[in-house]
Amino acid sequence: MIELDHVSRRFGEQLAVDDVSFSVERGTITVIVGTSGSGKSTTLRMINRLIEPTSGTILIDGKDTASVSGEELRRGIGYVIQGNGLFPHWTVARNIATVPTLLGWDSSRVARRVDELLSLFSMKPEDFREKFPHQLSGGEQQRVGVARALAAEPGLLLMDEPFGALDPIIRAKAQEDLLAVQQRLGITVVLVTHDMEEAIHLGDKIAVMDGGKLLQYAPPAEILANPAPGFVEKLVDGVDRPFRLLSLSPVASIVEPGTAEGPPILETATLRDALSELLWHRRDALPVTAGDGTVRGKISLQSLLAHASGPA
Amino acid sequence: MSRLVGPVARLAALALLLALVLRPEWFEPILKPFTENNAPAIYTQSSLLSLTLAHLGLVAVASLIGAALALVMGVFVTRPMGAEFLPLSRSLVNIGQTFPPVAVLALAVPVVGFGVKPTLIALVLYGLLPIFENTITGLKEVPGNVVEAARGMGLSPNQQLFRVELPLALPVILAGIRLSVVINMGTATIGSTVAAKGLGEVIIAGLLTSNTAFILQGGIIVALLAVLLYDALAILERRVARRTGRLAEVTG
Repeated sequence: MIELDHVSRRFGEQLAVDDVSFSVERGTITVIVGTSGSGKSTTLRMINRLIEPTSGTILIDGKDTASVSGEELRRGIGYVIQGNGLFPHWTVARNIATVPTLLGWDSSRVARRVDELLSLFSMKPEDFREKFPHQLSGGEQQRVGVARALAAEPGLLLMDEPFGALDPIIRAKAQEDLLAVQQRLGITVVLVTHDMEEAIHLGDKIAVMDGGKLLQYAPPAEILANPAPGFVEKLVDGVDRPFRLLSLSPVASIVEPGTAEGPPILETATLRDALSELLWHRRDALPVTAGDGTVRGKISLQSLLAHASGPA
Repeated sequence: MSRLVGPVARLAALALLLALVLRPEWFEPILKPFTENNAPAIYTQSSLLSLTLAHLGLVAVASLIGAALALVMGVFVTRPMGAEFLPLSRSLVNIGQTFPPVAVLALAVPVVGFGVKPTLIALVLYGLLPIFENTITGLKEVPGNVVEAARGMGLSPNQQLFRVELPLALPVILAGIRLSVVINMGTATIGSTVAAKGLGEVIIAGLLTSNTAFILQGGIIVALLAVLLYDALAILERRVARRTGRLAEVTG
């Protein structure tokens, strides 16, 4: 668990982060959203003390981050930045081994860990170990960057616009990878982005920042349904809001008993996918099935629409 | 075909150099027309081999000292604590380059005496600039997100410098050293005016006795040495650049 308690950061005359407090539950993804200059990156970088807070305290699992040296603290926290920042003169294996080597792991343990991580990100260790970063595609570089951050088995991963430099298709894949890895390892993730879509997709909770202030800190559904007046409202306002809301819940959440005609929908699909199927096939209802094909019931356009509307 | 030109030219230059240094008498028929009044065409006061080795030694020592000095200064002024010394260091290094080496010799001899010492001082001062400037450029060109990643993973400032920044800046620093070595190679000839052993001796003997053959002999050997060293260091630089992934980024 991470707790930020009245944290501020001043650069000269300017207050970059202004009295921000929030806490992040263990094993969740928290996304900090804001425009450039909102203080979101500064807030993230204060967690691993790349930037020291001017005032306030930050606790990780109850321990004040100021009580250890910055270097020691950072070796225990995964850190991923935009454009991955891989060391161009080191091989993939050596890049991933950076923190374990700093921590003095013995070489066989490091080698095992490198192979394990490459496999986790579906890269064949024997093909990728000895490659240099410039020999990798953008998506591969990004995955190696995340693998490197996870190498020393940190409980916390900080990501600063990690997908910002990727093209849309690779970005979607990278987001799915992150969700899968996060669920599998149970790590806590704090991610910074300027993209509300990405925040809604990835975040268990979203922190919206503007002008150094934390405007709203809530789960995505709450942000969409009841945005704080002003900046947050403007940020989520727009034609896409019902669709964003639908994309947050799986079909399983509103499945009804009964059957319907037409092509079946997986219960793990999102409501947004279901709506698109319903519209495309001109149906009022479609059958819902589990992954193995057994029918679970039906989903109707009516209940779906009820889910997509804002507060009355 | 065109790929062969480099190695062939290189080998030819090397062969010519070795012949000039080890078997100067072979060139007597060519050099004889450049002499007057039956003066000797080949310099025999001391062996050309020993002069060449002394010359190379002088350049090597001066370049090593210069490189060490410039590198330390370049690293220092790019650290946060040394940043304010950048303008001062830059002017000092620039003065070293602007001040003529001959003038440095003239000033140094009364203080340290004749011989190798004043020559070394002149060469070191004269060769600082390219290494210093390239060290700064090389370190500044290291991509910001790479340094940020290094810091973010908990590398100490020293680890960042030695494991990440210097290795990545190395090709640019080597280019500076290469320039400095070549400059020193030519400049070292003036050391002979203050009795430092070197190839300048041959050229100066030629100037004093109006013997063009001597001047050519000394001059050509120095020029060939400079060209070959420049070439060798450029090859080394490309190797290093390829290893750091820099070259590949540029060309492909």
